[in-house]
Amino acid sequence: MAPPDPSPPAVFLRHAVALSGRFPLLTGVDLTVARGETVLIEGPNGAGKTSLLRVCAGLVPLSSGRVAVFGLDPVRQSNGVRRRIGLLSHASHLYDDLSVRENIRFAVRAAGGEVARIEDACARLGLTGRLAKTTAAKLSAGQRRRVALAVLVARWPELWLLDEPHAGLDASARSVLNSLVADAAASGASVVIASHEPEFVGSLATRAVTVTGGRVTAERRIAAAPAEPRDQPPAALVARADGVPGGRVAHVA
Amino acid sequence: MWRDTLLVAGKDLRIEARSRVALSQVVPFGVVALVLFAFALGPDRTRMAAGAPGLFWLAVLFCAVLAVQRSVAVESVDGARDGLRLSGLDPAGLFLGKASAIAAQLIVLEVVLGVGVVLLYGARITTPWLIVASCLLGTLGLAATGTLYGALSAGLRVRETLLPFLLLPIAAPVLLAGTRIWQAGMAGGTAADGSQWLRLLVVFDAVYLALGVVVYGPIQESA
Repeated sequence: MAPPDPSPPAVFLRHAVALSGRFPLLTGVDLTVARGETVLIEGPNGAGKTSLLRVCAGLVPLSSGRVAVFGLDPVRQSNGVRRRIGLLSHASHLYDDLSVRENIRFAVRAAGGEVARIEDACARLGLTGRLAKTTAAKLSAGQRRRVALAVLVARWPELWLLDEPHAGLDASARSVLNSLVADAAASGASVVIASHEPEFVGSLATRAVTVTGGRVTAERRIAAAPAEPRDQPPAALVARADGVPGGRVAHVA
Repeated sequence: MWRDTLLVAGKDLRIEARSRVALSQVVPFGVVALVLFAFALGPDRTRMAAGAPGLFWLAVLFCAVLAVQRSVAVESVDGARDGLRLSGLDPAGLFLGKASAIAAQLIVLEVVLGVGVVLLYGARITTPWLIVASCLLGTLGLAATGTLYGALSAGLRVRETLLPFLLLPIAAPVLLAGTRIWQAGMAGGTAADGSQWLRLLVVFDAVYLALGVVVYGPIQESA
C-alpha cells in the first residue's frame, strides 16, 4: 500500500457533484489548489462558484465524487478542517446587537484564534475609534464586509475562501483587500477567490478557473502581479499593521 | 467544551443585555398571562391559590417558547449559524452554551412570575426549597429541550409555528412535575409529595442534556 501523501493539496475535488434537493449545484468539478497557490474562480452568476467554496468549507456535502481539504474530508472531519480555513461569504456572520470589536473578538475566540491579533487586524481594516464600538446593525454593507475581513486577518487561516470579496467595498477597501490577499499568499496560505468581476482581482491570482453550469470549463495561467495593487488610496491615509502575520504597511480608508 | 459553553453563553447573554428582548417583551408577556389567567378564574382567592402552581408553569412554558425562538432568531440573521459552524466550536459546548443562556433568562422570569403568583393569586409557599428546586430543575429541562428543538426547526421557513408545536408536548412532563412540586411546596402539601416528581425532573433533565450533547452537532449540520 502506498504511504499517505505527507503534504496533500489545499483543495482537491474530483468529479464533485452537489445537490440542493434536486437542483444541481455542482455537476462534476475537478479542481486542485496547491498549498500557497492563489486561484481565481470566475464565471457568471449561478455558475456554482459559491457552492464550490461552500463544499470546500464543509457547509455543503457532496452527493458523489470526492473532496479533500488539506487531505481531510471537510464534512466528516470538519473539526480538523474548519479551524484551518476562513470563508468570506456573502453573509458577514455578524450579530447586530454586538459592536464591531465584540463581533470580531467572539469570532476569533470561537475559532481558537489569538485575541492579541485583533487590534492589528482592526487597524489594518480601518475599524478603529468610534467605528469599533458601533453595533453591527448600524454598519453599511461595505463596513460589515470589512469586519468579516478583519476576522479573517486576525485568524490568518491556512486556506482563504473568498466569495465575491470585492462586492460592496469602496476603492480604498478594495486596495486593502488586494494587499491582504497578496500578504496571505506571501505567507504561504492558499487563496481561492470566486468572482464574476475578475478585473478587481487583477493578477493577484496565478491561475484562473472558469466554472459554468456547475463544472470547470476552462483554465488559464495569469501573468505575474504588478508592483502595486490597483485603487491606491491617498498616501496620507496609511496605518501600520506590524503585528499581523505577513503584515506590512496597509492602506486604509 | 466548557470554554466553548462559556463563550457562547456569554455571547447570547451579551446580546440579550443589549437588545433587552427578554426583559422588555418576554417577562411582561408572562406577567400579562398571569393577569389574564386571574381574570379567567374570577375573584375567588381560594380557587386562584389552588390554580397558582399550574398557571405559573403554563406561563413559564409559553415564555420559554418565546425565549427559545429568540435564541434561534439570533443565529438566523446574516448567516450567523454558518459562522458558528465554520468556527469549529465544540457542538456540545455550543448546545450547553445556548441552553445556559436560555436558562439564565428563564430564572429571572420565574422570580418575577413567582412574586406575581404570590401577590396576585395569594399563593402561600410553605416549603421554599421545594419551589426553588422545581424551578431550577424545570428550567434546566425547558432550556435543554428548547435548545434541541430550536436547532431542529432552525433551518425551516415555518420555524416560528413549528417550534411551539414540537416543544410544548415534549415539555409537558416539566409542566406536570413542576405543578405537582409546587402543590407540595404550598399550604396543605408535604415535601414527601414532591420528591417523586423531583426525581422525574432529574431524569428528564439528564435525558435531554445527554441527548443534546450527543445530537446537537449533527442537527446543526443538517439544519
